[in-house]
Amino acid sequence: MLAYTLRRFLGLLPALFVIITVSFFLVRLAPGGPFDQERTLPPQVRANLDRVYGLDQPLALQYVHYLSRLVRGDLGPSFKLPDFSVSELIVAGLPVSATLGGLALLLALLLGIPLGVAAALWHGRPADFGIAGFVALAVALPSFVTGPLLALIFGLYLHWLPVGGWEEGSPRYLILPVLTLGLPVAAYVARLTRGGLLEVLRSNHIRTARARGLGEARILLRHALRPALLPVVSYLGPAAAFVVTGSLVVETVFALPGTGRYLVQGAINRDYTLVMGMIVVYGVLTLLLNFAADVMYGWLDPRVRHD
Amino acid sequence: MIEISSQPLWRRAGRRFCGDGKALVAGVLVALIALLAIVGPSLSPFRYDALDWHHLAVPPQLQSSHWLGTDRLGRDLFVRTLYGVRISLVIGLLATAVSVIIGLAWGSIAGYVGGRTDDLMMRFVDVLYALPYLFLVIIFATFFGRGNLIGLFLVIGAVGWLTTARIVRGQTLALKRREFIEAARATGVGTPGILLRHVIPNLIGPVALYATLTIPDMILFESFLSFLGLGVQEPLASLGSLINGGAQEMQAAPWMLVVPALVLSVLLLCFNLIGDGLRDALDPSTSAER
Repeated sequence: MLAYTLRRFLGLLPALFVIITVSFFLVRLAPGGPFDQERTLPPQVRANLDRVYGLDQPLALQYVHYLSRLVRGDLGPSFKLPDFSVSELIVAGLPVSATLGGLALLLALLLGIPLGVAAALWHGRPADFGIAGFVALAVALPSFVTGPLLALIFGLYLHWLPVGGWEEGSPRYLILPVLTLGLPVAAYVARLTRGGLLEVLRSNHIRTARARGLGEARILLRHALRPALLPVVSYLGPAAAFVVTGSLVVETVFALPGTGRYLVQGAINRDYTLVMGMIVVYGVLTLLLNFAADVMYGWLDPRVRHD
Repeated sequence: MIEISSQPLWRRAGRRFCGDGKALVAGVLVALIALLAIVGPSLSPFRYDALDWHHLAVPPQLQSSHWLGTDRLGRDLFVRTLYGVRISLVIGLLATAVSVIIGLAWGSIAGYVGGRTDDLMMRFVDVLYALPYLFLVIIFATFFGRGNLIGLFLVIGAVGWLTTARIVRGQTLALKRREFIEAARATGVGTPGILLRHVIPNLIGPVALYATLTIPDMILFESFLSFLGLGVQEPLASLGSLINGGAQEMQAAPWMLVVPALVLSVLLLCFNLIGDGLRDALDPSTSAER
């Protein structure tokens, strides 16, 4: 198990390196720069700016400098918001984003697994079809459609919840964003749970358990659920990636002060360090969550440790 | 992956698909929407970018000539929504084509050449898989594709080819050992010739199936980018940019949000149902549970 975990972890490093390298050069080779404005700067001012930020050096050298600073945990200064370092901006927004993402994943599991179990137990009955309809809808619709529609219904018409915005310590502002982000994941989890459970319930060891006279509840909880949830666990990695990127949209839709806006804003402004900082932080996050899901899978299903 | 080569399988799959009521209805609905997007704008007297100063932000009315209302600048929402559908469908199809071409080339070369090359090429795909690819789409799109439709579908297609490449490689590995390939090699046909004349034509079936599954993803990417303001730019309309505009006006003019949101929802739902139907039709072993 330890060797498996270690091997998985070491596999992350090349992936991270490729992410950083590819995006560094992509961002830099794109036309335009952070100091392009309507009014062109006097050449001396421009030269000074370039020198301060190291933009006058060859690109390869800038890359080496960026990497060496990154290793020490320094994401550099923001080009467009000169009073802040990229780390400060991201650290300020991360609690909101992390709360949103964490709650959405939690909702996905707490809602999706019971729904899936219910659908499997009532296989072929009206409840199953009802759940299947919800799943089809929630999986197909993107958050930038469901988000505004939820805000329209629950915010503007029913006045139950705020349409958007944020107030420190007030969970009301989180309900709609968490629903928007979490429901598609919950639906997918429900679909996987249902499929997995139906298959397991038909298998031999469940028939044996029934033959030995065990109660249905005990069969479900002790014998069926664990193997049935394996597909859900292997979906957790992609789900985490979905939540991480999905939070970008949801934060935009509901005007939450998370980190999501920095990526689009930074890309439009050619704020090189801010874009790179976002990619590094979110890339590391996605990779780590994927890794956690892999390890969990290896722990639940010993067969994959020896691949 | 399923082996798709013999004719009867296709015929059986076709029958099964047509027997699947949901998928069939969805297919007809998509065809109707596409047809409406093609002929619809010419039924209305308005152009997609024409401003009607006498009807600013009017709600939908069937009696007036603005059937689905107008936006804040007096532009007709019926025409704009159908234009959005046009752009979404065209970009979705073109981006799918781009991703299929890249995936086909990448996967067949990796699978056929094999060895080190294969390892390297597929490891590259693995790493790209691990990336938060929406991020790359956003970056690509801001830097290369903003307001540039050609750049836009190239960008979207360029990130969608990974799964195609994997499927193609798997199929190529199976094909490689078949006698006719060996015969071609024995008669002295070079690698490019074998790939183009013998491998790729035999991959068209599974690739075409996967491509239909890709279309909704591509449409989703496009509207997502346009929603963020990185895709189709004013005065052109895409479903994503219309939804974004509608979300900002939803207090005063909720129809501006509801109309394009419903159209996109129906479109995506239908494509998903078609995809499910196709998968079930070609691989009945999975359909029992769905």
